[in-house]
Amino acid sequence: MKKLSVKTIVAIGIGAALFFVLGRFVAIPSPVPNTNITTQYGLLAFIAAVFGPIAGVLAGLIGHFFIDFSYGWGIWWSWVIASGVFGLAMGIIARKLRISEGEFSGKDIAFFNIEQFAAHLISWVVVAPVLDILIYSEPANKVFIQGLISAISNSITTAIIGTLLCLAYAKAIPKKGSLKEED
Amino acid sequence: MKDNKDIPVEFSHFGFKYTAQQDPTLYDIDLCVRKGEKILIAGPSGCGKSTVVSCINGLIPFSYKGEMSGSLKVAGKETSGLGLFEISQTVGTVLQDTDAQFVGMTVAEDIAFALENSCVIQDEMKKKVLHIAGLVNVQDHLHFAPGELSGGQKQRVSVAGVMVDDVDVLLFDEPLANLDPATGREAIELIDELQKKTGAAVIIVEHRLEDVLWRHVDRVVLMSRGRIISDTDADTLLCSDLLLKAGVREPLYVRALKFAGVSLTPEKKPADHELGCLDENDRELVRKWFCSVKNEAPPKRTKPLLEVKDLVFSYEKRNKRALDGISVTINEGEMTAIVGTNGAGKSTFSKVVCGFETGQSGALSFDGRDLSALSMKERAEHIGYVMQDPNHMISQTMIFDEVALGLRNRGAGEEEIKKRVEDVLKVCGLYRMRNWPISALSYGQKKRVTIAAILVLKPKMLILDEPTAGQDYRHYTEIMEFLTDLRSQGITIIMITHDMHLMIEYAERAIVFSDGRIIADDDPAAVITDRDIIKTASLRETSLYRLSESCGIDDGTAFVRRFIACEKEERRSDDKPL
Amino acid sequence: MTNLFNYIERPSLIHRLTGATKLVSMLLWSFAAMLTYDTRFLAFLSVAGIMLFFVGKIRVKDVSFMVGFTLAFLIINTILIYLFSPQHGTQIYGSCTYLTEWTGRYAPTAEQLFYQSNYILKYSATIPVILLFVCTTEPSEFAASLNRIGVNYRIAYSVSLALRYIPDVQQQYYEISKASQARGVEMSKKASLTKRLKAASNILIPLILSSMGRIETIANAMELRGFGKLKKRTWYMARKFRLQDYFSMLISALLLAAALCLNHLNNGRFYNPFT
Repeated sequence: MKKLSVKTIVAIGIGAALFFVLGRFVAIPSPVPNTNITTQYGLLAFIAAVFGPIAGVLAGLIGHFFIDFSYGWGIWWSWVIASGVFGLAMGIIARKLRISEGEFSGKDIAFFNIEQFAAHLISWVVVAPVLDILIYSEPANKVFIQGLISAISNSITTAIIGTLLCLAYAKAIPKKGSLKEED
Repeated sequence: MKDNKDIPVEFSHFGFKYTAQQDPTLYDIDLCVRKGEKILIAGPSGCGKSTVVSCINGLIPFSYKGEMSGSLKVAGKETSGLGLFEISQTVGTVLQDTDAQFVGMTVAEDIAFALENSCVIQDEMKKKVLHIAGLVNVQDHLHFAPGELSGGQKQRVSVAGVMVDDVDVLLFDEPLANLDPATGREAIELIDELQKKTGAAVIIVEHRLEDVLWRHVDRVVLMSRGRIISDTDADTLLCSDLLLKAGVREPLYVRALKFAGVSLTPEKKPADHELGCLDENDRELVRKWFCSVKNEAPPKRTKPLLEVKDLVFSYEKRNKRALDGISVTINEGEMTAIVGTNGAGKSTFSKVVCGFETGQSGALSFDGRDLSALSMKERAEHIGYVMQDPNHMISQTMIFDEVALGLRNRGAGEEEIKKRVEDVLKVCGLYRMRNWPISALSYGQKKRVTIAAILVLKPKMLILDEPTAGQDYRHYTEIMEFLTDLRSQGITIIMITHDMHLMIEYAERAIVFSDGRIIADDDPAAVITDRDIIKTASLRETSLYRLSESCGIDDGTAFVRRFIACEKEERRSDDKPL
Repeated sequence: MTNLFNYIERPSLIHRLTGATKLVSMLLWSFAAMLTYDTRFLAFLSVAGIMLFFVGKIRVKDVSFMVGFTLAFLIINTILIYLFSPQHGTQIYGSCTYLTEWTGRYAPTAEQLFYQSNYILKYSATIPVILLFVCTTEPSEFAASLNRIGVNYRIAYSVSLALRYIPDVQQQYYEISKASQARGVEMSKKASLTKRLKAASNILIPLILSSMGRIETIANAMELRGFGKLKKRTWYMARKFRLQDYFSMLISALLLAAALCLNHLNNGRFYNPFT
């Protein structure tokens, strides 16, 4: 493994801090009463796409660990790990994208969203439930349905927040263009 | 041949071009820093001074890529042949952003950071941290988290953090940018003291010349457009007109002396703020000038717009009151500066006025209406709030969309939105760029976009948090003239600021906060010449006041007022040809 | 900071253990509880965990809020399990003992009852030690502890950076969100879901993009102070292991070993009283 650059280390730290703050304080009321929609996976998809799989997996693991840690409802390893897997998967697949070079076209958006949906399926419909079954011997149908609901709701938030973030980031990278003043 | 140790940094015919840029950023730099020397590098933004910093500390070529020409030696060796870590043993850098530099969880850990990286054993580390903390006077705060420290303390910790490496050169990048006036002065005193104690060479990069000259510097290197245009002692530089040409502000008292027609020579030691070397003839010239300028009394405004009575507020879990019985009336059309230390209640006051926080007791009314009944969103149609960093406010990629956001969220029709956005873009001088992406704009232009995005809701009053923080003289003037323009179009303006120049030059009223109370509310010229207020609120007296004293003029306030009138006149005549 | 993470400073034996010890013990204990479904062992862990609260001088009222959270979680999960799989217990234990006359899908069985009590017991075997860990470990000791137990120091430091910048990010989020709300950005229930998500983006984009700019500055600051220079690094906050540290880790390791033995003896993870 190549030595991690200091920039990646900092990206992991800041990424995890953002993941934590979003997960802990930025919840959107959902149509289902008393439940909130989490916003942090849009961020994680973005961090992973820009800084790569290692940043993705660690920012997810650390951020999620601290969310559980701060709520004090116990640490749900299966879900913490699933968050990491999502960051990892996004980072691996999104290596084809060139967001930090200012490129995020219509085709990239489609690619990004198909991949994020796939990554959410892996994390919440495969990894999290399988771990729940292994650790807690929970009934399969229960955990798979829970996972499917999470995958769908998380991929909707990622589709909107993640895509907008990548777009804004790509556009903010200066490119030499022909800007003309208009009258 | 000279000993390498005596010349820790030496540029000769040095040039640099960033890979991503077409033209070089630095041309033909010749600069030699000797051991124990104290140098100020000044220049407007974009002159290349930050690139010089990156070259000295090794970020160029190790983090930023580009082409170098000529030679740059640190401790006698070409930097391109050294590593970043080797350079950091010789040069310690204190960055402008002290929050970014403070990476430890506590003061002690942050000071120890470099030692940890060098695998120093714990016992030795603890001893050394204690020693260095003592030097910068943070030894009583070793277990504090960064959030519990003031800006000045954070900076002291940053300095301590680079001093643990026993460096030969201390490099300060814009050390005054985030500090209140009194703390900025302390920082300059601290730098001076540390240099005397350690014998290290000190390089300060800063555009606020007057503040750095509070303590002696050996040389001032003036840069403009990638070149060194002057490298001489401060006295000689102040006698020339190079500063103005380069776009760096002269010390106010020097400017006053020039207004008065005093011919400055290096022998008169103009860099010494005590002004001991002026002769009686010069003082007479200043007195004459003082009597010749007419005293323009600021217009009195009497139509109340914002009325605040007995406002009390405290943050949860903290017993101390952040606002302790604030009563104040802001009149229509006023341009007011709110000043005071961090934590004095300035920002809290604006947050409560805008409805971001709710006061525990007290009354707020605006234009005769009770504000407490209005939500944050409703208040924004009367009082606009502009954050310090425009990047914290911009969420859209196009200028038009950013300005339209507030209207769209209020469900206005596209026709109306188009008209109102275009109108406000015209007011803000952005109309011709209306279809540009925001990323193509300069910092000052971005600031205008955020102001436009607030103005589109047609508020009668704007509250701006540090409108000019970190800006050089040209941008500062640009932003402030823009605000003055807005004021003349009938918008009432409140500025929260640390900048004493801004306060005396642009505000017609100064409100001084200290410990959650208002301790003064007066003409800025009067506030800045009142020693008691200055001391309690950590402001800094202006050098003009000292000049008036040394010339035997009793009414320092009037002297300051006249100087400002003169400056305004000058600015107006400068503007005309454009 | 302390508020955010529930750390409670008290002079106790557990507080005096190093962060690394507590982390290792907590992990070993959790694994032990995760691996087995042996009722007797889980009951023992639950009682032992609660006893440790007294040793750590943590009172019920310190953790009542967190316990409330956990209980709500537990109740929802218990109900869901029953709804989704009322016969899960009979599958696991291989027998079916109806408790009532009724024999439908949702008819209560002794096996299901036993399985679900074990499920609850499993929670109570892990939650106390985790709560205890949360309440007695100073977050700033994390980084040094992780490095101590073999995690690469660069990664360990990213944990420390996360903790360092959480308050800053939180403060920034708060300020940006207030200023956006003044411009009419709303996340309340009044707007449609897509609108709410777009509103959230309007707040998050400036927050996240300005943090991106920060990353480079912080990385530069760290490199200029020699981060990453050597293969190893020392820690100002590191604490030396003492006898009680080794002792705690040993006990935890024994618990894990016990869990593994029980799995072997029970011929599987479940203790089965029905056969």
